Amino acid sequence: MNRLIPLFVFFALVGLLGFGIYWNKHHEMSEVPSPLIGKAAPDFTLPLLYEPEKTISGKQLLGAPYLLNVFGSWCPTCQYEHPILTQQIKPLGIKLIGLDWKDEPDDAKRWIAQFGNPYDALITDRDGRAGIDFGVYMAPETFLVDAKGVVRYKRIGMFTEENIRDELLPKIAQMQREASR
Amino acid sequence: MLPELGQFALILALLLAAVQCALPIFGAWRGIAGLVAVARPAVAGQAVFVVLAFGVLTYAFVTQDFSVAYVAQNSNLALPWYYRFSAVWGAHEGSLLLWILILNLWSVAVATFSRKLPDVLIARVLGVLGFIAFGFLLFTIVTSNPFARHLPGLADGADLNPILQDPGLIMHPPMLYTGYVGFSVAFAFAIAALLGGAESAGGEGRSAELVHWVRWARPWTNVAWAFLTFGITLGSWWAYYVLGWGGWWFWDPVENASFMPWLVGTALIHSQAVTEKRGGFRAWTLLLSIFAFSLSLLGTFLVRSGVLTSVHAFASDPKRGLFILAFLTIVVGGSLTIYALRAPKVAGGRPFHFVSRETLLLINNLLFTCAAAMVLLGTLYPLIGDALGVGRISVGPPYFGFMFFLLMLPVVLLLPFGPMFRWAAADWRAVLRSLLPALALALVAAVLAKLLINDLPIRGLIGVAASLWVAMGISLYAIKRWRDAPAGRRYTPEMLGMILAHFGVAIFLAGVLITEAASVESDLRFAPNESKTIGGLDFRFVGVQHAQGPNFAADEGTLEVRHSGQLVATLHPQKRQYVGGGSVQTKSDIDPGLFRDVYVALGEPLDDPAKTAQGATGAWAVRVYVKPFVRWIWLGGLFMMIGGFTAATDRRFRVVAERRNDASDSDVPAEVDALPAGAVAR
Amino acid sequence: MNRLLAFATAALLLGLFALDAFAIDPLPFKDRSEEVRFQNLTKQLRCLVCQNQDLADSDAPLAGDLRKQVFEMMRAGKSDAQIKEYLVARYNDFVLYDPPLKPGTWLLWFTPLALVLIGAFAVVRIVRARGRLAVAAHAGVKDNVNSGDDDW
Repeated sequence: MNRLIPLFVFFALVGLLGFGIYWNKHHEMSEVPSPLIGKAAPDFTLPLLYEPEKTISGKQLLGAPYLLNVFGSWCPTCQYEHPILTQQIKPLGIKLIGLDWKDEPDDAKRWIAQFGNPYDALITDRDGRAGIDFGVYMAPETFLVDAKGVVRYKRIGMFTEENIRDELLPKIAQMQREASR
Repeated sequence: MLPELGQFALILALLLAAVQCALPIFGAWRGIAGLVAVARPAVAGQAVFVVLAFGVLTYAFVTQDFSVAYVAQNSNLALPWYYRFSAVWGAHEGSLLLWILILNLWSVAVATFSRKLPDVLIARVLGVLGFIAFGFLLFTIVTSNPFARHLPGLADGADLNPILQDPGLIMHPPMLYTGYVGFSVAFAFAIAALLGGAESAGGEGRSAELVHWVRWARPWTNVAWAFLTFGITLGSWWAYYVLGWGGWWFWDPVENASFMPWLVGTALIHSQAVTEKRGGFRAWTLLLSIFAFSLSLLGTFLVRSGVLTSVHAFASDPKRGLFILAFLTIVVGGSLTIYALRAPKVAGGRPFHFVSRETLLLINNLLFTCAAAMVLLGTLYPLIGDALGVGRISVGPPYFGFMFFLLMLPVVLLLPFGPMFRWAAADWRAVLRSLLPALALALVAAVLAKLLINDLPIRGLIGVAASLWVAMGISLYAIKRWRDAPAGRRYTPEMLGMILAHFGVAIFLAGVLITEAASVESDLRFAPNESKTIGGLDFRFVGVQHAQGPNFAADEGTLEVRHSGQLVATLHPQKRQYVGGGSVQTKSDIDPGLFRDVYVALGEPLDDPAKTAQGATGAWAVRVYVKPFVRWIWLGGLFMMIGGFTAATDRRFRVVAERRNDASDSDVPAEVDALPAGAVAR
Repeated sequence: MNRLLAFATAALLLGLFALDAFAIDPLPFKDRSEEVRFQNLTKQLRCLVCQNQDLADSDAPLAGDLRKQVFEMMRAGKSDAQIKEYLVARYNDFVLYDPPLKPGTWLLWFTPLALVLIGAFAVVRIVRARGRLAVAAHAGVKDNVNSGDDDW
């Protein structure tokens, strides 16, 4: 019996490694789950891109859910995500707020002029402080925040048809079910 | 045309590997001498084609044939000719071919230097090696063909990753692989012994020669271990001067992948000594032989499957991962099954007292194996965390360093006792008395160090004490041996190797602990001609100029280092921009020394270049390190390597007992002919 | 395949060598001990952008921002534990190189020592059993180097 122990331990190891391959195929290994899910979104007060003397704060957004999309003109993946935002995210009817992260306002304006503005509101976080509060570590990232200000979902990386269908839509449905109770 | 020839050569090698595996093992099983004799020629044949394939790939790199996709991805027109050779193993496909080449070289060596060994045993050993070669060749041909074409041929290639454009790269992978792959020989011997029934219970009716399998496996294992030690040492030294951040070990998953076989290999070489001389630890030696090579295979899997993130990893691909995993399962699962079926059922060997050298070596086996298990656990824990659903767990140096220290502490404390203790029964009081000078020296030196350098942290004191304890302990043994043994038989090569290697441990300990305790690092802002003092040295920043290399342009800084007014070194750190990929590399400059290194890396210009006058330099950010005793880390590794090679040269391992062992009541190897005269056989 | 390799290489290079070497970051430390504390702290934190580097050595712009944040918190009098908590609350435990002791990591922290203890227990049991045989067989052994027992 003792002599079978190494074999059993090895099979456990193989199982783990096989799981690893499967996990690797279905998950982006560099994604780090956000500790903010289920907690109140961090408060922020940030200027609008086109009217920097005006600001929007997290408190003002309470009462209706919103999607906070973090992007930058320096981010190539954000270009790929842009049409998806316009064609698939916006039609969902939830307020879409764009957060221009660690970017020069002029570059951002040029980018928006070139690609179009899908956002209901466009704010800038030039030095990245608000980004740190939200735990942003790359672009694009998108947060789903409900009417009470609780973070329900974070998408790390660009949206694709699959994760909109498999992750975002169910979360929105759940959020709306809870709201209607 | 030529690359296709290379591909064809690989296929032929694959067929020969299949022949090398199947026929001799079948022949050994059924006693068909003709099939058994196929082993050596098959090895030669496979080697010819593998060398041919490797040569073709090298030729493609040297002649810059960008129609071969792998060449195009890993070199370009500006690559200096000497890096074209090492670019062959710069990425996944080529490094696999290197792996296979080295496996073939080991197989040829085993086939050549085993004339005195029984044919049946060698047939099985070569057969197992053939099976491994078959798996790797199949993997290469099916998923990682280095000869795949990119047609139409590109005009220029991408580039060899700049950090790989370094002399260290030329040496590190081949040495590392020679070690890794070398454990396959110990593995093959163990499987051959198990298959041949050498280890089955009772040992009735088996020939005496098969009992000697451990003795014959020992030199091969020691050489493989020495190469692996060298490869890891080189890798650490290379990371230190290339990566620019003064670190020498990061517990990165791929580093761990090479360290685990080393830990088990260290346990193995010690366990083999006990099995060979005393007949005991047979199960340990068998299992450790299997584990050492299994960990080598596991390392190959981890690096190439994408299961773990690492700066070191080759591009990942789940399909490749699955293939290697399947191969791993067959090889390791198969060998552990053979072990379960054929391992010795009764503990053998000469009995030994609780206080004896055997017990110390048993503790050694246990601690090194646990250390390897700990490294494996920590490396795979992020995956376990995902599997258990507890979230992303991050395991880094604080875990590995701490745990490793805990596990090695008993080893370091007991090390001087090992050689001093006798086999079977030791008088620990007498040994402790004879080691008191070492203990005293260690403590006195630690106290002195604290008095001389007041702010030396505890780690430094432990480093001083531990290294002196080990060094003095092994010296006391060497002296005792000189005094007590008759002239001409004082030090066998094995013993000499042991002394050198343990001395290397002492040097390594001093290096690691003192460097960690006493290193000084600082990020500084230097204006031109400004001087600052760090770690007792004065640094004067002269300025930054433009420099040109064969395939890069650089900003080169000049720093003058002075000690008490005397100019000690002038350093030229660079920031290079490579032509090929446009990537930027920080090339630090080091003033090496036996007792301290001075290390500088150039950062960013801190003043806007547009605002400074034409030709003048603004302020720059510079990182400065003063690292005492850091070279001792690698010096220790070198001593260990030399010790390993020395021990392998021992002639006694190569002598086959002239007389058959007809003491049928004992299952202990006959040692009469192999021991120095004067020994009493039991 | 080519594209994957190119992307991986680019990601690797971008991770290791950003276009500007921000990691060398002279900060206005007030004394040596503050600098050492900062170095030790940032060495224990993972850079989430290039995930196999610590915060002290990463060139990523985010790493630079976080280093500034850590520095400001140190100046504001926060302890190491508070700084780590701040980052974990935003970025997840993953940002720590030292896995915190919690139910999810008990296996990690306790298994190696458990293995040693189990192994030690087995060793003691087995060796003691053999030892009884050995004591009988080797009574009266002298410290004589030329006897077979001390030979290598």
